[in-house]
Amino acid sequence: MATATEERLEEIWGEEPGPVSWFTTGDHKRIGRRYIVTALVFFLLGGIEAAFMRWQLAQPGSTHLTPEQYDELFSMHGTTMIFLFITPLFTGLANYLVPLMIGTRDMAFPRLNAFSYWIFLGAGIFLYAGFVVGAAPNGGWFAYPPLTGPIFDPGINMDIWSLGLIFLSISTTAGAINLIVTILKLRAPGMSLARMPLYVWAMFVTAWMMVLAMPPLTYANVLLQLDRNLGTNFFDPTAGGDPLLWQHLFWLFGHPDVYIIFLPAVGIVSTVIPTFSRRPIVGYPYVALATVLTGIIAFGVWVHHMFATGLPSLGLTFFAAASMIITIPSGVQVFAWLATIVRGRRPAFTTPFLFAIGFIVVFVIGGVTGVMFASVPFDQGVTDSYFVVAHFHYVLFGGAVFPMFAGLHYWFPKITGRTYSETLGRWSFWLIFAGFNVTFFPMHIMGLLGMPRRVYTYSPDLGVEGLNLLSSVGAAVLTIGIALVAINAIKSLIAGSKATANPWGAATLEWATTSPPAHYGFASIPIVHGRDPLWEQPDLGSDLTLTHGREILGTTITDADPEEPLPMPEGSVLPLVTALGFAAVFVSLLVGSVPAALVSTLLTLGLIGAWTWTLGGVPG
Amino acid sequence: MSTKARVVQGSAVLAGVLALTDAACSGPGATSDASGPGAHRISLLSVGMFTIAAFVFLVVICFLAYGLFRRRPGSDDERPDLEDRGGTRMVLLGGVAFPIVVLITLFVITLIALEAQAREDTGSHVLTINVVAHRWWWEFQYPDQGIDTANEAHIPTGEPVLMQVTSTDVIHSFWVPRLQRKVDAIPGRTNDVTLQADADGTYLGVCSEFCGLQHAHMHLEVVAQAPDAFDGWVGQQQQVPPEPTGEALQGQQVFLGSSCVYCHSITGTNANGTVGPNLTHVAGRTTLAAGTIPNTPEELAQWIEDPQSVKPGTQMPASDLTPTQIRQLVAYLESLT
Repeated sequence: MATATEERLEEIWGEEPGPVSWFTTGDHKRIGRRYIVTALVFFLLGGIEAAFMRWQLAQPGSTHLTPEQYDELFSMHGTTMIFLFITPLFTGLANYLVPLMIGTRDMAFPRLNAFSYWIFLGAGIFLYAGFVVGAAPNGGWFAYPPLTGPIFDPGINMDIWSLGLIFLSISTTAGAINLIVTILKLRAPGMSLARMPLYVWAMFVTAWMMVLAMPPLTYANVLLQLDRNLGTNFFDPTAGGDPLLWQHLFWLFGHPDVYIIFLPAVGIVSTVIPTFSRRPIVGYPYVALATVLTGIIAFGVWVHHMFATGLPSLGLTFFAAASMIITIPSGVQVFAWLATIVRGRRPAFTTPFLFAIGFIVVFVIGGVTGVMFASVPFDQGVTDSYFVVAHFHYVLFGGAVFPMFAGLHYWFPKITGRTYSETLGRWSFWLIFAGFNVTFFPMHIMGLLGMPRRVYTYSPDLGVEGLNLLSSVGAAVLTIGIALVAINAIKSLIAGSKATANPWGAATLEWATTSPPAHYGFASIPIVHGRDPLWEQPDLGSDLTLTHGREILGTTITDADPEEPLPMPEGSVLPLVTALGFAAVFVSLLVGSVPAALVSTLLTLGLIGAWTWTLGGVPG
Repeated sequence: MSTKARVVQGSAVLAGVLALTDAACSGPGATSDASGPGAHRISLLSVGMFTIAAFVFLVVICFLAYGLFRRRPGSDDERPDLEDRGGTRMVLLGGVAFPIVVLITLFVITLIALEAQAREDTGSHVLTINVVAHRWWWEFQYPDQGIDTANEAHIPTGEPVLMQVTSTDVIHSFWVPRLQRKVDAIPGRTNDVTLQADADGTYLGVCSEFCGLQHAHMHLEVVAQAPDAFDGWVGQQQQVPPEPTGEALQGQQVFLGSSCVYCHSITGTNANGTVGPNLTHVAGRTTLAAGTIPNTPEELAQWIEDPQSVKPGTQMPASDLTPTQIRQLVAYLESLT
């Protein structure tokens, strides 16, 4: 039975069903779901690209793919998985979860949130349009000039790539700022920083890293565009430029990005493990501190991607030391999870828990090989070989995709209101775990046998035939496992039993809402007294209902003392239209039309003005 | 699962891993089959670090297994345990103290290896070779000997040789896994690395930085020879090829009268192009097109006729020569030993 308060809140926060709200919504839950679904579509595309590559490499000397096709596939595989799948997926999950976990009703800027999503979708389509026009990016996800410069790659392939990434960075940056403000200003009363869930800590640090790591990438891409289209020579050594400038800028973004991918994942694991070990996490302050330190040290290790470029030895030792030190925060987190499991009750081996455990096993393997790369001479021995491919798939697939599956299963009942099949879930875990290891473990050995990366074929003389075949077989098993997850999700959406509000008996606030949550999230704003509110406080309700209008509660930054109700904007089509304006700018730049670029830039500025004007002082 | 079944399963997995590891000890590019001081150093470092890594992994797995499967009194209780506030010591010992000990060890051995590497590169060398990477082949210039060859570098066994690595176009990376670490070939820069082989033999090398369409076919060979055999090779490379006769003479006319000369050089003729490999002693090399095909008359003819079918994307254009001209040309090139 809905109470009068709930009816009133539904009146304020509810949306008309139908196509209009589809384009105007600012509801963090809808936008979060959209992000997740869109990112999973890109996961599928990136997976298809990988499958083609494993098909080509299953045997030496295959001619299934031309060199050009292979180059496009591996370039887009990396670009897709990094930029269009895992980061947006974690952004979407955070979009859905962070407001609920901190006990508020929406993100701080709902329109900016909608805008971030539309830009992400637009940039994704922009990057994939390369396949449609027959000029997909072909210079690798790392795009080292001079190979990607105007002389050696004169087509529009790499223009699509670099403009696409500049376009996408708008989304990433806007989304990150939204998360930071939401986390700092909208936490439920009593949720001081020291009581914030570790997942929220992880997303807080990740968002800061996004804001700080995107500029070097965008800057590098602007220089590349100038080189390619306006005749400058930033990266051209024959005219006084330096190709290594690109590598410094790219990895100054690229290594922090590894942690932008990894930290949300450890946030998920730090949430899932305590729930199923039936106790609070051991060493909460150390885990939170480790998260922050990781975020800081991550900006000081980029040169370990450049150990073979001939930089001076003294500089290398500094980056070797930094790259070793960054493993300490990871060690703290691993041992906090282990201690939680050891000191917890008998664990419940649910699908999310299995994925979290699988993550620990796989991530530790990726971690120990990662430390080896900090050792300069070893790195120089194996870098750019398949050993690296093995290592970073252990860290990225093992370190981020396993936790993603843990999180998607864990929050599936909350987000969809349905329960999934545990039997299918366990089957998919074991297939993915086995398939993953059979695919990627042999790559360590291929690298040690001298197989370089990014080759479209290899010689039978190298002695890596059997290993490559094994790896391709593993990829097939992995694919079946992932397909099973999809089947489970679809089956459960159609026929799964209705989920209760808190099926896992978990501690964090999102489980205090109905499954799925109402438009307004919480009927009354919870008041928090500890780190595990649902375990510590049987009754969370308060008389803070904010039923005067579309309002959320603003609180102080450190202690989350209530400040004032903040008015929130209604949905609007302006974020979508503004995103379309940006798309027009980038398409104009791609086709090289100066008048079109000028007109669309002015139009976009006008749209931003209209957006600000119509808000009338309300944040949005 | 019964304990016995677990043991059997575990042994099977272990046997599989060992078999795979064993496979890693052989092959023309196996880093573990080190045959030079540089590769030995990396190999030694690898063995040390793999041992430490395996130990760290085992520690974590033991804790994990203990945590997951230990017997718990009152194990049916599903209420969250809010009483226990301990465990921090395990986090600090396992997550801070343990890694610090491991990392200091790693850092010290890294510094020792780096120091040895620096000594090697700044020490004296018996020979200098300029390694110039091109899309997609390797040029080896011996400035003191006046030799310019491609894809096959000869060095005296047991002697340190200085390789000065650069590129004319995009970034490549020079890697001979059984001899030494890799070093990037960057246009506008020169990177030094010392190559030394313990034993006579042919050592496979590859480009290990993505450099475009034919990155996969950019191999090289380092041929280590006893010093006197090496001197013989140098003397032979320094000779001007004898004047061809018969079909080879016709082939020389074909060569000098076609577009070949814009890119290739042959000492003693007017051909002095510098875009493609120097062909003065091409017949003495074991492969063509940077390890793409063996150097036989049939493969050479195919390569000249339609290089794109052999190595799609190669900079070498197709020729419009007649079959007879190609036969003559091959005869000429085969005479250039």
